[in-house]
Parts: sequence; structure tokens; C-alpha cells
Amino acid sequence: MKEFKVLGPGCRSCQLTAEMVQREADRLGVEVVVEKVTDMVEIMRYGVMRTPGVVLDGTLVHTGGVPHVRTVREWLKSD
Amino acid sequence: MFRMFTRLADVVAYGWLGLDPATRSAAAVHFFVEDVTKIFALLVTVIFVMGLFRSMLSPERVRVYLEGRSRWAAYVMAVVLGAVTPFCSCSSVPLFIGFVEAGIPVGATMAFLITSPMVNEVAVVLLFALLGWKLTVLYVATGLVVGIAGGALIDTLRLERWVEEYVWKIRVGAVDLPGQRPTVAIRIRYAWGQVREILDRIWAYVLVGIGLGAVLHGYVPQDFFARYAGAANPLAVPLAVIAGVPMYSNASGVIPVAEALLGKGVPVGTVLALMMSVVALSLPEMIILRKVLTVRMLAFFAGYLAVSFVAVGYLFNAIQL
Repeated sequence: MKEFKVLGPGCRSCQLTAEMVQREADRLGVEVVVEKVTDMVEIMRYGVMRTPGVVLDGTLVHTGGVPHVRTVREWLKSD
Repeated sequence: MFRMFTRLADVVAYGWLGLDPATRSAAAVHFFVEDVTKIFALLVTVIFVMGLFRSMLSPERVRVYLEGRSRWAAYVMAVVLGAVTPFCSCSSVPLFIGFVEAGIPVGATMAFLITSPMVNEVAVVLLFALLGWKLTVLYVATGLVVGIAGGALIDTLRLERWVEEYVWKIRVGAVDLPGQRPTVAIRIRYAWGQVREILDRIWAYVLVGIGLGAVLHGYVPQDFFARYAGAANPLAVPLAVIAGVPMYSNASGVIPVAEALLGKGVPVGTVLALMMSVVALSLPEMIILRKVLTVRMLAFFAGYLAVSFVAVGYLFNAIQL
């Protein structure tokens, strides 16, 4: 079970990112929880200044824009 | 190099659609086809090429550059970095908090936020392609100066007291993104991602802007603006700034409108004032910034921008380039 957090105040790119992670996970049959974090204090705790940011199992793996599909698949396949 | 787009528009408007070149609809269609093809071709190229180079430049890094600089060095660097750093207005709030928390003056942070939407590589390339280098230089220089002066004014008046209290209490975590050198493949992937993301965000504004430009170009009589918005009318500049407030677009959407207005003989200063007002004075941006700034600060911010754009308009109308 992988735990994703999408950091962002609810802009369009954040929406797209969360959807993409969920969709790719379903496609690959990986079990995930995707949580959208919109609270600014929480977002800043990760040091993110460009949203959306992506946190995988507690570690920041991406900031500043919708990630590439291939990048998302790499996250899903990683151990 | 840009002539191929004119030819393409010739073929579409006069050939395929069989319009008579002397008619208004032909002029509008021609303008629309030429600008749509030219602008989108330029946008894709510019965003892709810039994306290749700047996967390294980020607000996180700008923050490190600005930290601990002397006041004036911070303003100048803030506006220059604001012009070249990829940044979307939806990130205004985290960026603001991140900068201020690092001890960067509120004024320098605001200078970055003023300049970033106005001056960027997309605006520069479109300005250059559609309006020529003179206006490009004017626009960029004015954008930088308005940003620096605004930042300096905010710090001189000690307006940091108009920042929401909670901002000062936030502690920002250290960024621990994996820092490996990007390979060429990763850069290309990033650059394409930028093209898709930026186009996805701006294409509608650009199309509306070109459409509006085409209507102005084709259907508004040549002397219409000369009569009402000419240099002889001293109210034209403030009216242009006021007209720009409810209109919200990014720089790439407003440039085709500017092109059409200049073609109709509206003076350069008035057009610049309108462009800057449309791009920088935007209600959505203010609503986003309300999360970190008090209403007073937002009112000051909007007032300062409006006054400086009017000043810019009068100045360039007076020197008549």
C-alpha cells in the first residue's frame, strides 16, 4: 500500500495530478491512498513553493507542476 | 521567417474561404488565422526550448539567491528572477510564505510577484514577433522598474505590518528533493511537460485575445480609436487602466489585442497602460493573495499598480516613439 499526498491549494494542476496518480495506480493494479492536502501550513512544512507537490510515503518526490505519466509509473513501481 | 504565417492566412482567407480581400470579414479572418498559427507555433517552440534549460531554476533556488542580500540588490535580483522563473499564480501563496520566512523583505517578495506575470519569455517573444523590438524593450524595462519601485515603496513605508499575522509563525521545512543532475531525456520530458501544462493553462486566453484582436482589426473603423482614444484625449490613459481591471488575461492573450489597437492608431503609452493593467491588475490574483495579505495591503498594491500604469501611459505618449 502506497500513500500519496498531493500538496496544493486546489488549483487545476493539483486536481489533474491527483487524478493521474489514482488512474495509473488502478491501471497497474497498485493499491494506493491519494490524499489532497490543501492546508497551507501543512504544505509549507514540506518546503514546497510551487504547487502541486507530491509526497510518497512521507517523502517529497516532486514539486512544481503536473508530473509526467512515466514519472508517476516509476513511483508506483518503486519499492 | 514569419512570412509563412501570412501566406498561410492568405490561402485560408482568400483561397479556401473565397473572401474578397477588401472586405471586413476577410481582414478579420486573415488576422485570426495568421495570429493563431504564428502565436501557437511560437509558444510551443519558446516554452519547449526554455524548458530544456531551466529545469534547474526554481522558486526554491531563487529563495536561496535572495536570502541575505542587501536591500537594493534584493529588489533587482527579485524582478530579474521573477521574469525568468517558471511560476504560476496558483503558487503565489506558498511562494510568498517561503520567501518571507527566509527573511527576504516583503518588498522584494512583492517585486517578484509584480514582475513575474508581466515579464516572461513568452511575453517577450510574442511582443517581439508581433510588435517589434522597440515596444518589447519598453515593455520589459517598464515592467522591471514598476516592480523594483513597488517593492522599495512597500519596504520604505514598512507595510510588512499589513501581512497576515499567521504568515510570520509558519516554519518552512527544508526541501529534500533528490538532487541528481538531470539527463537529456529528463530535460526533454520536463520541457514537454511545461509545453502541455502552460498551453493547457493559457490557450483559451490566447484564442479570446486573438479573436478580439481580429474583430477590432476587421470591424472597427480606422478613425474610431483615433477619435476617442487618441493622444488628444487626456482621459484615454486612465480609462485604459480602468478598463483593464475587470479583464483578466495573461500576457500572451493581451498582445494580439495590443497589436490590433496599435494598428488602429492608438498611441503606444495608452496601449502599454492597457496591457499592463490587464495582465497585472487581476481580481483572481488578488483573491489568491488575500490568504497572506490584508485588504489594506491589497488595496495599496492595486492602487500603486494603477497609478504607475497611468504614469507609464502618459510618459510614453508624451515622448511619442
